[in-house]
Amino acid sequence: MAVVTLRAPLKDLAGGSSDIEVDGATVGAAIRALESEHPKLTGWILDEQGRIRRHVNVFVNGERMREDAQLHATDRLHILPSISGGSR
Amino acid sequence: MTELLVGTRKGLFALRGTVGEPLEIAVRAFPGEVVEYAVRDPRTGRTFASVTNGQFGPRLMFTEDPELGEWTQAKGPAFPEDIDASVVRTWVVMPGEADGLLYAGVDPAALFISTDNGETWELNRGLWNVPTRPEWNPGLGGLALHSICPWPADPSRLAVGISAAGVWLTEDGGATWRTGYTGLVPEYLPEDMREGTHALCVHNMRRSPVRPERLFRQFHGSVYRSDDTGETWNDIAAGLPDGFGFPIVIDPADPDAAFVIPLDGAFDRATPGGRVAVYETRDAGATWNARGEGLPQRDTWLTILRQAFGSDGDEPQSLAFGSTSGTVFASADGGASWALAFDRLPLVTSVRFA
Repeated sequence: MAVVTLRAPLKDLAGGSSDIEVDGATVGAAIRALESEHPKLTGWILDEQGRIRRHVNVFVNGERMREDAQLHATDRLHILPSISGGSR
Repeated sequence: MTELLVGTRKGLFALRGTVGEPLEIAVRAFPGEVVEYAVRDPRTGRTFASVTNGQFGPRLMFTEDPELGEWTQAKGPAFPEDIDASVVRTWVVMPGEADGLLYAGVDPAALFISTDNGETWELNRGLWNVPTRPEWNPGLGGLALHSICPWPADPSRLAVGISAAGVWLTEDGGATWRTGYTGLVPEYLPEDMREGTHALCVHNMRRSPVRPERLFRQFHGSVYRSDDTGETWNDIAAGLPDGFGFPIVIDPADPDAAFVIPLDGAFDRATPGGRVAVYETRDAGATWNARGEGLPQRDTWLTILRQAFGSDGDEPQSLAFGSTSGTVFASADGGASWALAFDRLPLVTSVRFA
């Protein structure tokens, strides 16, 4: 299974787990599986249409990917808020 | 002991104390996140907070904890999979007229309904599917359904206000909707574009609970009153220093009473002349009186957003408003006199009495 690495505040919502094994053929499916395991994450990474939120970055083996990207068992995901801000 | 729930750009603040004196911060929740709106349902004691995270999006949270410590994320509001839309923010949560019934208004303009005290939410498809929706355009704050006016003791009747798509009315619990446009003059449009336009920028709207066919509305550039459930509207801004403003508050015991905070025109959007005043009518808008005792009368340019003016509904009524520069003022005597409640908050988005 692929492994997803989370940082705060997502790590806190996942009960403090930072490295979590997830199943899924695509990035979106893996995040949905992550939400099923940790319901408090629901809506934080994907919007209700299953799209990665505009200001959230998902990297697979170091490369930024969208929700429909294929995923393999050896892949490593990092989910990070984008470096954005300043307007508020 | 009074409690004000103050939503800000940097979290929720619960201010407690005696209205008319400086209040103290009892709780701060959701630091670093925008709390668009916070309200306590008086029927259940459940407090709701609409929270928008700059990166991770919007969520609606609720708690029964009077100290606002343990929050639960509601299931929604969220669009169903067959509709290609996602919630940008929740503008308002409003208790309805049946056990467990609540409404939420969101951007993009949609009404969500909960029948389980706000734990789960379902899209009202009647309003979502009105044929003119493709012609709706957002105001500066987005395409926002921000005002929800239930009819006392009748959950089938509802009026909602949308920026910038006017007022919509239902009498069948939201199955069908019709407009309440008649009498409105969108002076921000060229005259030859006003007829039949949907670009009607409602800023805030309230219904009198003792005369529910009467509604007051702060519009983009004027103030209106309807005496026929929102079908037609009469301009009542004469006597105000400016018709522009964002919030409007009523006195639930007096159907002729309303309170507005005029701002200087559609461009400056600050208190006129550097003076802060709440204007009150007790004759349904025929005349207005400035209620500024205790409010700054020089060198003060405040902007008060549409949800940032609240009242407790008691008699005499306590009132409170907050500004984008973080000052909160409150009145314990129906607006006759005012005192600074707190002056160092982040930008205030909403003020409600708990």
